[in-house]
Amino acid sequence: VIDLAGLFVLFFTAAVLNNFVFYRFLGMCAYLGLSKSIDTSVGMGLAVTFVMVIANVVTWFIQWYLLAPMGLQFLELMTFILVIAAVVQLIEMYMKKHVRRMFDAFGIYLPLITTNCTILGITLLNVIAQYDLVQSVVFALGAGAGYTLALLLLAGIRERLELADVPECLQGVPISLITTGLLALAFSGFTGMV
Amino acid sequence: MLLEAAALMGGLGLALGLAIGFASKLFHVEPDPRAERVLAALPGANCGGCGFPGCAAFAEAVVSGKGKADGCVAGGSAVASKVGEVMGQKVEAQEPRTAVLRCAGSSGVCGLSCEYQGVETCAAATLLASGPKRCTFGCLAMGDCVRACRFSALDLGEVGLPAVDEARCVACGACVKACPKGLILLAPKKARVHVLCQSHDPGKVVAKVCKVGCIACRMCEKACTVGAVRVDDELASIDYAKCTNCGACAEKCPRKCIKDRRPEAEREASRREREGKAAGGKAGKERATKGGEGMGEGAEKGAGEMGGKAASPGGADAAVAKGKDGLKASAPPEAPAKA
Repeated sequence: VIDLAGLFVLFFTAAVLNNFVFYRFLGMCAYLGLSKSIDTSVGMGLAVTFVMVIANVVTWFIQWYLLAPMGLQFLELMTFILVIAAVVQLIEMYMKKHVRRMFDAFGIYLPLITTNCTILGITLLNVIAQYDLVQSVVFALGAGAGYTLALLLLAGIRERLELADVPECLQGVPISLITTGLLALAFSGFTGMV
Repeated sequence: MLLEAAALMGGLGLALGLAIGFASKLFHVEPDPRAERVLAALPGANCGGCGFPGCAAFAEAVVSGKGKADGCVAGGSAVASKVGEVMGQKVEAQEPRTAVLRCAGSSGVCGLSCEYQGVETCAAATLLASGPKRCTFGCLAMGDCVRACRFSALDLGEVGLPAVDEARCVACGACVKACPKGLILLAPKKARVHVLCQSHDPGKVVAKVCKVGCIACRMCEKACTVGAVRVDDELASIDYAKCTNCGACAEKCPRKCIKDRRPEAEREASRREREGKAAGGKAGKERATKGGEGMGEGAEKGAGEMGGKAASPGGADAAVAKGKDGLKASAPPEAPAKA
């Protein structure tokens, strides 16, 4: 029997409480780079979610059917990088041929995020938490939703900042970082909710 | 342990490598080689003047038939013919065009109606009662067009109005889209005479707010021998297809809002030609008479508010001289002779 309440808590925790950007500070590069407009942030967020799910499922099998039985857990990092990169590459090839519209929507983001630190991070965290397959998928969906949320929030704020009277020395990345810090502070208010 | 680890990594690497190699055959998408060749022929400025996001997208569109071979405005006819070659289409030569700012109301001649303290873009200022300029049609000179230009062809010039560097302008149309007042026109490069006003206000209003605005006096219309100038909805406009760049309208314009942008020598030459025609022969005289009467009507229309009753050509001349402060030198030599 699937524990729906437990899964919801897992999703919510991954998305909001332990948000990958505001709590774990992972994937900051893509976060700052692609949050200039809401359009690109939605595309990037969806692509991240997509790859997170794929990576979590693939590495779950690698971990529990290959590495753990052989006692080779110290190879996690290396095998995960290898496997994720290869699988995303394969999926990209497949989409280019058969799901052209999805490729056009994701295409430019996919190479950006194969073995991006959020992707690698979620697979390693997944191993540490010892989630089962369903939990792994939900965890990845939650983390992806959280990442999309973070991107959207910053993109919305940055679109407004374009028109705001920001002191010259803070224009651009500095004010975005300050904003991120404030957002992280706000998100820390969720701590202890679950 | 070491052996197992090596075997695992090696095995995984081999398996994934083979899988990718196999997939690259299985999922191979034949890219249209023409797209690359079209892209190579394009300028690569990614200006978006073609209506597609960037040169690569335009190349794709041309190959797939959605874009026209001559769609690259930045590249002009040279690029269009190259693209046409790749696509096996015949491309007709396009006339080179350039951006023209149709406003001459610099801060010296058209003042402010209020002090504007807001976001320094024309688009934002326009939202607020059409901006802080006295003329609601005039250029706000906050540089939206300058920022939109990818070719550094625009520059907020010395007079406080954007100036077009025609050598750099490729007529991509980015500034046309950026201007919230719709003041920029892509005109043929060889057209040298332009109406630098877009005000559709009645002459009375224009005269109050701007020293160089078109008051629709119709003197240009009458001065034009080829029917290229028309005054419509309180504003003069030039049909570049008919215009011969003679500069007659620019010379007659009492507000100096029609500008003749030819070199001084050429302007002088066509001025002399006009005078020569006016002096010699019956045809010349007829034209002079027409010109004089035309001025009468024009002056009456334009200077009506000043109560100038211009019935005869001579009277018209006087009214014009009295009514328009911009007119010092433009009393035409043939009109007094007629009077």
